[in-house]
Amino acid sequence: MKRSHAPIFWLLFGGGGMLAALFGTALVLVTGIVVPLSGSDVLAYPRMLALAQSVVGKGFVLAVIVLFAWHAAHRILCSLHDIGIHKGLVAKLTCYGCAMAISLVAAASLWRVGF
Amino acid sequence: MSTQGRPKGEYRSAQHGGNSMHRPYVRPMAGWWKRDPFFMRYMARELTAFAVGAFAVILCVGVLRLAQGEAAWNGWLAALRSPASIALHVVLLVAMAVHAKSWFEIMPKTMPMIHVGGKRLGAQTITRAGWAATLIASLLLIALVWGWR
Repeated sequence: MKRSHAPIFWLLFGGGGMLAALFGTALVLVTGIVVPLSGSDVLAYPRMLALAQSVVGKGFVLAVIVLFAWHAAHRILCSLHDIGIHKGLVAKLTCYGCAMAISLVAAASLWRVGF
Repeated sequence: MSTQGRPKGEYRSAQHGGNSMHRPYVRPMAGWWKRDPFFMRYMARELTAFAVGAFAVILCVGVLRLAQGEAAWNGWLAALRSPASIALHVVLLVAMAVHAKSWFEIMPKTMPMIHVGGKRLGAQTITRAGWAATLIASLLLIALVWGWR
């Protein structure tokens, strides 16, 4: 029997959904609203570089970006059926391809900033 | 037979102009989610996936700019200060909150049953524990962002 690869996508979807539910709201509030409006320096370059160079910080940032991307890709793919678009190979490659591209760019960038 | 209240063209037979007596009625599915507030709430919830995806893209551009150096990073921060970005993030904030709310509302249906003291853990208990976890995680994140030196 051929093994299904569905559990992999389901795990990425579940992990991303949980991480987004726990941290998504606060992250959007901090990076997209409070810091830009208040002019706070908490996201200043030296601080964020130190965050991205630390193992824990690197891991958290990578997990957020990668899992959010795969979560969104999986859900958008499933929603296509609801609006009458067939969940075929093109739709799968588009959704999961975008998530893969985002993951690779994030991983490469975090690798580039060093340790 | 009354056809009152039915949009035009709901009988497939009429569209094809064939023998209408032998063609079954097929309920059209276009715009099905506009029929019921329950479906509309479902679609609104599904739309939050785009917010999660959009935020992943925004953060991904952020780490890319960070890796390119200080000037690039400051450019990303400046872009976040534009009115369009603030407006987008207000929408993303609402969508993320809706996602967090519904994620834990659905969780009792998706996770395995938990028994405490011989009784099944109630759905509401699981949902509320999830929301409490979100509150704690949010406060922890904000404390780390402003407190960590």
